[in-house]
Amino acid sequence: MMIDHPLLGPRDAQEFTYLGDASLIDRPDWQAEDAVDQFHDYLYLRDNPAGEHRELWFHEVGDRSWLVVTRNTLTHQITSVELARDVARSRGRSK
Amino acid sequence: MKYSGLRVIKEALTGHRGWGPAWRDPEPQKSYDYVIIGGGGHGLATAYYLAKHFGKKRIAVLEKGWIGGGNVGRNTTIIRSNYLLDGNEPFYEYSLKLWEGLEQELNYNAMVSQRGILNLYHSDGQRDAFVRRGNAMILNGADAELLDVDQIRARYPFLDFENARFPIKGGLAQHRGGTVRHDAVAWGYARGADSHGVDILQNCEVTGLRIEAGAIRGVETSRGYIGAGKVASCVAGSSSRVMALADIRLPIESHVLQAFVSEGLKPVLPGVITFGAGHFYCSQSDKGGLVFGGDIDGYNSYAQRGNLPTVEDVCESGMALIPALGRARLLRMWGGVMDMSMDGSPIIDRTHIDGLYFNGGWCYGGFKATPASGMCYAHLLATDTPHETATAYRLDRFRRGRMIDEKGVGAQPNLH
Ligand SMILES: Cc1cc2nc3c(=O)[nH]c(=O)nc-3n(C[C@H](O)[C@H](O)[C@H](O)COP(=O)(O)OP(=O)(O)OC[C@H]3O[C@@H](n4cnc5c(N)ncnc54)[C@H](O)[C@@H]3O)c2cc1C
Repeated sequence: MMIDHPLLGPRDAQEFTYLGDASLIDRPDWQAEDAVDQFHDYLYLRDNPAGEHRELWFHEVGDRSWLVVTRNTLTHQITSVELARDVARSRGRSK
Repeated sequence: MKYSGLRVIKEALTGHRGWGPAWRDPEPQKSYDYVIIGGGGHGLATAYYLAKHFGKKRIAVLEKGWIGGGNVGRNTTIIRSNYLLDGNEPFYEYSLKLWEGLEQELNYNAMVSQRGILNLYHSDGQRDAFVRRGNAMILNGADAELLDVDQIRARYPFLDFENARFPIKGGLAQHRGGTVRHDAVAWGYARGADSHGVDILQNCEVTGLRIEAGAIRGVETSRGYIGAGKVASCVAGSSSRVMALADIRLPIESHVLQAFVSEGLKPVLPGVITFGAGHFYCSQSDKGGLVFGGDIDGYNSYAQRGNLPTVEDVCESGMALIPALGRARLLRMWGGVMDMSMDGSPIIDRTHIDGLYFNGGWCYGGFKATPASGMCYAHLLATDTPHETATAYRLDRFRRGRMIDEKGVGAQPNLH
């Protein structure tokens, strides 16, 4: 698989390590009333779809940036690659 | 029809005209007491034990393709019970005991071959961990023996003992481990289940679960609606897809695992060996092919095929262990979709929906579990209590902090 890095262009997926579902960006609020339930779901439960999947890849032997890759789990085709930083910011995660 | 040596001779003399199909191809009935989704090893074994050992009737196994087309027909066929943790080891040892009696039980040649499995170690720390594991196995009634380099040399003289980076220092052997002909396991259980009245419905994909007032009523399928008292999901890599039909999210990711087989060779590899400095396991099939594999590819996948970096990685590990492997040509390679759980251990449990049960999360080690998984799942379905060897396999164990994490890597399915 080739991952079209937004800054570096197409790179071999071998250069990356894989974390999992991009919903991991949405870390729950630890002060919420139901924080225990939220963290359980966040840590352990996954949609695990057959089809389009947004997921986190880390460019470990490259520029060490985190990417959100949209990839089809049935065909392995990658349709979009974003910097995880941009995705997180657009969701109000980081400043 | 009972299979026997005598029967083979009789058929040979009469032109093999007396063999009938090993199981029926019935039309679906309107409803069943038990509907098992998934005609892999686990689903067929569950149906068999439910009918034979628990005396239940009106049972169907629903398979979307053909039985044995999933992981049971794609794995590297290794059986063993060399686990460390309490929640696992009694279950896998029970499974190994069931394997030992399986062919007589089923009257079917599943080619159960206890040729032994040897896990090599390459460092002092790894040796200590293996000693501990071996003791845990022995405490649970399994067999384990720590072998030194000379003992290993006698059996496997062609390994790369002096490898500069990963010299072989010894190994943990389980002599009762080995291999089983995987397809024959599916067929043997199918034939046994069928002969006890189980309907095996192929080309019958479950597309919906009918749930009313918190209880299961039946399943929508590609062959029409089928009513059911109890519905038992047993679909391995498709677990999340099927349980999503009941709006249940699972602690599971689906990942692809590849396997490889070389051209047929004369007997070279007497048992199963695994490399301790990478992930590589290898045995020789009765046809002569070297059957081997390594890690999962590492990203979510339902594709049943993997990518080249993993092929390279597996072959490098193989070459580091058995340099002669480089002379053999690769004949075939394929992939299967693994139900990787969050702690690397399986789930056999009911759900919060009355009459809906779940079996999955087998990762890449569920073939060896087939007999015990079937027996324990049947036990749960028949009695609504867990089998004594499967009490730890609860669906809510992550919430309760009762993970069974053999590898100690946490909630990262691609590392188990
Ligand atoms: C390459 C590879 C190597 C492996 N090596 C080993 C090994 O050496 N030792 C070991 O112990 N384990 C090994 N495993 C793991 C083992 O094969 C699996 O854990 C085990 O087979 C899973 O259980 P099963 O046989 O019931 O699954 P499967 O055979 O996959 O059965 C599940 C069935 O459910 C069906 N299904 C799915 N969705 C639906 C639906 N909606 N409706 C109806 N039917 C449906 C599928 O078609 C499939 O036939 C390996 C797996 C792979 C892929």
